[in-house]
Amino acid sequence: KIEDELEMTMVCHRPEGLEQLEAQTNFTKRELQVLYRGFKNECPSGVVNEETFKQIYAQFFPHGDASMYAHYLFHAFDTTQTGSVKFEDFVTALSILLRGTVHEKLRWTFNLYDINKDGYINKEEMMDIVKAIYDMMGKYTYPVLKEDTPRQHVDIFFQKMDKNKDGIVTLDEFLESCQEDTRNLQFFY
Amino acid sequence: MAAGVAAWLPFARAAAIGWMPVANCPMPLAPADKNKRQDELIVLNVSGRRFQTWRTTLERYPDTLLGSTEKEFFFNEDTKEYFFDRDPEVFRCVLNFYRTGKLHYPRYECISAYDDELAFYGILPEIIGDCCYEEYKDRKRENAERLMDDNDSENNQESMPSLSFRQTMWRAFENPHTSTLALVFYYVTGFFIAVSVITNVVETVPCGTVPGSKELPCGERYSVAFFCLDTACVMIFTVEYLLRLFAAPSRYRFIRSVMSIIDVVAIMPYYIGLVMTNNEDVSGAFVTLRVFRVFRIFKFSRHSQGLRILGYTLKSCASELGFLLFSLTMAIIIFATVMFYAEKGSSASKFTSIPASFWYTIVTMTTLGLFSLLPYFSFLLPQMLKGSVALSRLSLKATLPFPSSSAHTQSPTNGSHPKWARMSGSKMSSLSEVRLTSKIEAFSHCSATFYVLSGCFQQSLADSSFFLSPDPSHPHLPRRPSSSPQGLSCGPLLTDELRADVLSEGVCSSWLWLPSLCLLSQDPLMSCSARPGRSIWALHRMGCLIRHPQWNQPEVGFVNPSVPEILSLPSSTASGGSTNSPPTFQGPWSGVLAKQCPSGWWWVPAWGI
Repeated sequence: KIEDELEMTMVCHRPEGLEQLEAQTNFTKRELQVLYRGFKNECPSGVVNEETFKQIYAQFFPHGDASMYAHYLFHAFDTTQTGSVKFEDFVTALSILLRGTVHEKLRWTFNLYDINKDGYINKEEMMDIVKAIYDMMGKYTYPVLKEDTPRQHVDIFFQKMDKNKDGIVTLDEFLESCQEDTRNLQFFY
Repeated sequence: MAAGVAAWLPFARAAAIGWMPVANCPMPLAPADKNKRQDELIVLNVSGRRFQTWRTTLERYPDTLLGSTEKEFFFNEDTKEYFFDRDPEVFRCVLNFYRTGKLHYPRYECISAYDDELAFYGILPEIIGDCCYEEYKDRKRENAERLMDDNDSENNQESMPSLSFRQTMWRAFENPHTSTLALVFYYVTGFFIAVSVITNVVETVPCGTVPGSKELPCGERYSVAFFCLDTACVMIFTVEYLLRLFAAPSRYRFIRSVMSIIDVVAIMPYYIGLVMTNNEDVSGAFVTLRVFRVFRIFKFSRHSQGLRILGYTLKSCASELGFLLFSLTMAIIIFATVMFYAEKGSSASKFTSIPASFWYTIVTMTTLGLFSLLPYFSFLLPQMLKGSVALSRLSLKATLPFPSSSAHTQSPTNGSHPKWARMSGSKMSSLSEVRLTSKIEAFSHCSATFYVLSGCFQQSLADSSFFLSPDPSHPHLPRRPSSSPQGLSCGPLLTDELRADVLSEGVCSSWLWLPSLCLLSQDPLMSCSARPGRSIWALHRMGCLIRHPQWNQPEVGFVNPSVPEILSLPSSTASGGSTNSPPTFQGPWSGVLAKQCPSGWWWVPAWGI
């Protein structure tokens, strides 16, 4: 929205002190400085909006359409649902994702998949996420993926995750099934 | 944006966690940064000026000098800094490129110095950002052309024995200073062009009477002599054309060029005349063809560089001229329609149709003011038109030659974009260009003011002539030429006035060419202020108003006998007593009509200028 954008450009947000952020997150001072410099370069006003998110992601994934995934990602970062991500939120999320425990990471991922933030993942939400990821990968994947692959993927996922076969996946089911699947957890360590 | 993206890499890696649970196979581990040093500040000493930046900033572009290990060659162990013995001004731009990802080209910088610096730092000029790319390209092209010209003029002084005969001949044609023969040829052709043009002109002059017949023009009296002269000229031109055709490196391109077309058009009528002399019905067409002989004068453009520049100028602002024509046409149509419908009510109106009122509109808009075709009732309208015409005169005539001529100046401060001075007041970025524009603008205002001033001058002459011999029957009205029994043979007074009229018009038109000539010869323009000119003009207009408040009579005017009958002056109804026959006058100035001094309240808005 234009008004929001104007407001954001006029308001220059400055993050809390370095010591406070260091205490809240798992980053060191130097790391926070590096992160902030990059952040400030891209967003001189001190907040990121969804457009910038999408642009950044589009740079990393030029072959595909990363906009949907960036959209979901943005809403996962934007915990207060204000439409803009301040540096503190950004750094907090990064701290979880890069320096957090496995449990925290899984919880964050569950939050990402739960699009409407109601505490459950249903098949439609999963479908949206998987489709967004496949869009981001683009058409030039190896091996070449067929049209049907996302649906199959979701079916497999749900079979694995949904323990009581009620059509939705709760946080506990998610955590449980992820932790038994040791292959995936390799990455989380 | 590219520079900052690297900083977001941890974010992207973090976000990748999002699809981990969904993925079928595990993602490979993130590459650990080998030799990952702590980010440190580097000091770059460029000719004494110190720049500091992060090492990672420089390493964004590893294929440049600063981004690679090549800079280690410049590392000074004693001061622990990198020393470059180069221009610090340009280095600023280079370093900004690393910081922001965009390379800018500073306008004040010399193009070749900039290129050298870029080459030293290993940066390709193609990555100059869009904001500066056009400027860079233009400057580069200009520089290349200048260097090429210098090279050409150098090469001309060298002797090149390895040219073939054909090539030498072509060079002789194109550049007459290469050899004496070429110079002789150049002058001979020039002479014959002049002879040919003068012949054409003299042919039509009446030459005195042959006893027993009426007065003949010289062409018919000495037809044999003129024919011989014409033949000689055409022979020379044909020979020249054929030689050029033979010598041209690309004959096809030569044939298509403008100069060769002019050559062909100049000599064709003669040959066609030779072929067609015996045919009676096409003799009329043959006579028309002789008109084309006047194109021989364009052959002079090979001899005059100034003429060529004028040609290029017109060509390059063809779009502006076209727009001018289009807007004039629009205005003509609008005003003609308005005049037609405004006068439709009057039964004796001469505006019988919209095309008929075109003539009136055109004449008024170009400030000729024939007034032979005049509206009856809405006499205010033409005067308002004249007011607008004064404004349009200012804008049209003043601004047109200057941007076009300035497009072809080679002043060093000229911005490289050919249409940079489209209208006075265009946006300029460099200070020198601003100065040049303002000078041109001032000059154009000044000369345009002078031009309009001349209009007033002429018109006031018209006023004064009216006052000097008032009509005895109607002392309160201006003198009417139709009231005097001899028509317009009003004595030397009138002729003088007309002469002054035309003279002042000519003088002031020539003013407009002065700036063009100045620009052509690259003289520095005088920076004159337009303000005094404008105030003089305003004062004069005011004087007009005060002097002739009662002048609202539209029927005053003369009639040019050569103008068709439809536009003859109607008998005036307001004053009566004037003869019905339109007055005529002979003389060389019969084509010029006196003007009426504009008066009335509508001059008020004109002061605002």
